[in-house]
Amino acid sequence: MSPAEEQALRASARNGWLLSLPALVVLALAASGPLLIVVYYSFLTANDTGGVIRQFSIEGWRSIFLSYDIFEDRYTLADAHLKIFWRSVWLSLTTTALTFVIGFPTAWFIATRPPSQRALWLFLITIPFWTNLLIRTFAINEVIRNEGILNTTLLWLGVISEPLRIVYTETAVLIGMTYVYLPLMVLPLYATIERFDMRLLEAAYDLYASRWTTLRRVILPIVKPGIIAGSILVFVPSLGAYVTPRILGGGKKMMIGNFIELQFLQGRNWPLGAALSVLLLIIVMAALLVYVRVANRDRSAGHG
Amino acid sequence: MAERGFQISRLPGFATMAVAAFVLLYLPIVTLVIFSFNASNSVAVWGGFSLHWYGDAWANQAVKDATVRSLVIGVSASVLSTTLATLAALGTTRRRAYRGQTLIYVMINQPLMVPEVVTAVALMIFFGIIKVATGYQGLGYLIAAHTAFCIPFAYLPIRARLESMDLSLETAAADLYATPWQTFRRVTLPLLAPGIMAGAMLSFVISLDDVVITEFVKSGGQDTLPTYMLGQLRRAFTPEVNAISTMLLGVTVVLLTAFFLLTRKRD
Repeated sequence: MSPAEEQALRASARNGWLLSLPALVVLALAASGPLLIVVYYSFLTANDTGGVIRQFSIEGWRSIFLSYDIFEDRYTLADAHLKIFWRSVWLSLTTTALTFVIGFPTAWFIATRPPSQRALWLFLITIPFWTNLLIRTFAINEVIRNEGILNTTLLWLGVISEPLRIVYTETAVLIGMTYVYLPLMVLPLYATIERFDMRLLEAAYDLYASRWTTLRRVILPIVKPGIIAGSILVFVPSLGAYVTPRILGGGKKMMIGNFIELQFLQGRNWPLGAALSVLLLIIVMAALLVYVRVANRDRSAGHG
Repeated sequence: MAERGFQISRLPGFATMAVAAFVLLYLPIVTLVIFSFNASNSVAVWGGFSLHWYGDAWANQAVKDATVRSLVIGVSASVLSTTLATLAALGTTRRRAYRGQTLIYVMINQPLMVPEVVTAVALMIFFGIIKVATGYQGLGYLIAAHTAFCIPFAYLPIRARLESMDLSLETAAADLYATPWQTFRRVTLPLLAPGIMAGAMLSFVISLDDVVITEFVKSGGQDTLPTYMLGQLRRAFTPEVNAISTMLLGVTVVLLTAFFLLTRKRD
């Protein structure tokens, strides 16, 4: 490379950085940077009236798992916290599974429409995707609440004699999350199914494979990257969900997001809230890393 | 009707399931819209057509204030984030890969990866410290927070547009003795305009919809429409909220349709 070319390249890289800099500064100040403060706060001492005392302590982290028993002067497992964690993980996994069961046939259906119709069907999936999460949660709440459409209709039909009590239960949160996150599963699934070579099905049927065998042995392995992408896209926001469990779970069926809010806005225990936030962040980052590794491996293996 | 022969890509039950999914996806939203025009007090029993919930919402000073605040924040955040994202997109596309480029991508997309509630808590602490130190309590914090999380949404369509544009027109302009600024102003920018418009619309929709970060960052009396609605839900549930939802929904659908028309590939 001639010195002139080298200089041009260096100038290009410098301009690249300079052009990106304003965006990076705003992101550092109002998105990434403050995350470090949360890590710092998780190692401080809680102030009983809210906020923190600037004194090192690991109590925030310890109290995630253990609670101090004054009477017996020892630590016991913090059952209430573990229950919230377990509920968050369980509900998020079930949501992921449910969105897959509903989303896979939907994505397959869209991908097998004539090309001219696909854009319209996709648009129909995208509208709810961009619609305010709060509005969608309101909407599903109106359907399932005690005096809602579902109960009114079932009562009118005589199927039930008393309204089903769904709201403020884990089922309600599950229905709500499945409803609001379904498009996140359908979109990546569609993207992989659309590239699926339908001649493979012909080959499978020619070799006397049943539809079930074909689905299990041919289709699912090939669309695996889409399944993983969709699962991560649903699992990650489910785990950090705040609005949906708050509205549909009431105060009782809390998830991690609501529990974090409780530590801050009600001024209970800031270091505990900070430690919970960092833990949530770590779990989400781990899930995303797994996704990136699987996606890269599949790409290098020549699938995607 | 054509005979339904053996269709290779048909899997039993899939079409039924898909249609059911679409119905379930839209039924709640459509119900919400219909009942916002309900004359009766109920959100489940139809009592005739009426616009009075819209009248109520319109007459409510808190709703008016929240609407104005949502619009101020949304417009500011989308203008700022689109400007920053345009610069960043110009800095990260159509040039040889350089050291640190991956870091820039990660930084820009970071708001898409971190759970919203974690960012919300972080900003609440950080802005809380600044509020105490400077005494400033205004909308600036909300605008800064919204600008930051809107950047990736503005960046993605702009970058996609830039990548589909080749450099030949710009090179031609430079050959004709256009200065770099003239080339940018007269060639690059007009070609890039649909991408920029699309980015601005997406970031406006995202800002208008935000609940969690706004809820944590806002000072007293700084409700936006979504946080106002969230607060209302703690009290009685009224169809007034349906009316506000329907209006927000209308704005979203109109902007999204425009977005799709702008980004549609022309053959």
